[in-house]
Amino acid sequence: MAAPVLDLVQQRLAPAFGEAALAHGMLVVTLPPAALLDAVRLLKAEFGFDLFLDVTAVDWPGHAQRFEVVYHFYSTQHHVRVRLKTRVAEQDPTVDSLIPLYDAARFMERECHDMYGIVFRGNADLRPILLYEGFVGHPLRKDYAKDHEQPLVPYRK
Amino acid sequence: MASSTIPIQPVASRSQAFEYLTTKKDELVGWARKFSLFPYPFVTACCAMEFMAVSSSPYDTDRFGAALPRFSPRQADLLMVVGTVTHKQAPVLLKVYEQMCEPKWVMAFGVCATSGGFYQNYAAVLGIDRIIPVDVYVPGCPPRPEMVIDGIMQLQDKIARSRHPIVGRNF
Repeated sequence: MAAPVLDLVQQRLAPAFGEAALAHGMLVVTLPPAALLDAVRLLKAEFGFDLFLDVTAVDWPGHAQRFEVVYHFYSTQHHVRVRLKTRVAEQDPTVDSLIPLYDAARFMERECHDMYGIVFRGNADLRPILLYEGFVGHPLRKDYAKDHEQPLVPYRK
Repeated sequence: MASSTIPIQPVASRSQAFEYLTTKKDELVGWARKFSLFPYPFVTACCAMEFMAVSSSPYDTDRFGAALPRFSPRQADLLMVVGTVTHKQAPVLLKVYEQMCEPKWVMAFGVCATSGGFYQNYAAVLGIDRIIPVDVYVPGCPPRPEMVIDGIMQLQDKIARSRHPIVGRNF
């Protein structure tokens, strides 16, 4: 059962920014990276999506647009969630930072940069947050070997 | 002015049998040390719940003299590594271990500290014995309190059987 407000969001977002569909009662909007900031600004201003829940990514090896960056927002006004997806290529995995709209984006974008190597244009501080200085690569990418370790302390014996 | 010294006088023993007893230095020191383990809980993960259970009244590690946690490694002689250790934490664990005074012992509490458990990824250290020497391993996810108590008792046996140099290598 989708909330009525999601129909309004869908009508408002889908034609201008990308395609929208309902998945498990949640509105999913797929849009190009260039439209991201405008779409989020509209969601926040018009529908009260004032809680930025998470940003993560999905690695699709072999696809032309290898990384799918996924955002979740929650409206404390209407008590609904919406998911935004955008695709970027491996050569230039860059999307706009959401720091101008949500300060919470600061750390979540750092984590996403740690794990997938997504670059957030406008986030000046993309130092490792869960990983450590000197870590090479991005461990949640599919081409990172699952048993590859980068110890900070030399092993005994 | 009357002297106020405590009146200690040589007391004639009733029995000749218990005037003195003989033992070996290592056995005496080992006996003393095995009942005065001061653990430093290096607690990182869910095994902490089991650590609390085994520390509190129903199981009570105080029966083995190993109940009073010291939150400074300088005052502890048993390092209990309770939970998963990540590569990012490994330098901290090593520093804590190196700050402890001799004699010191290490218990790997739970399967993550023992071998990494089900983790094999970029983050987890596959067993703390890759970083520091370990005296007793307690596997289990989490271990039963009985297993921890068994581990403590095995460590006590190990301490009792060990050499305990006090001054130098020969004494």
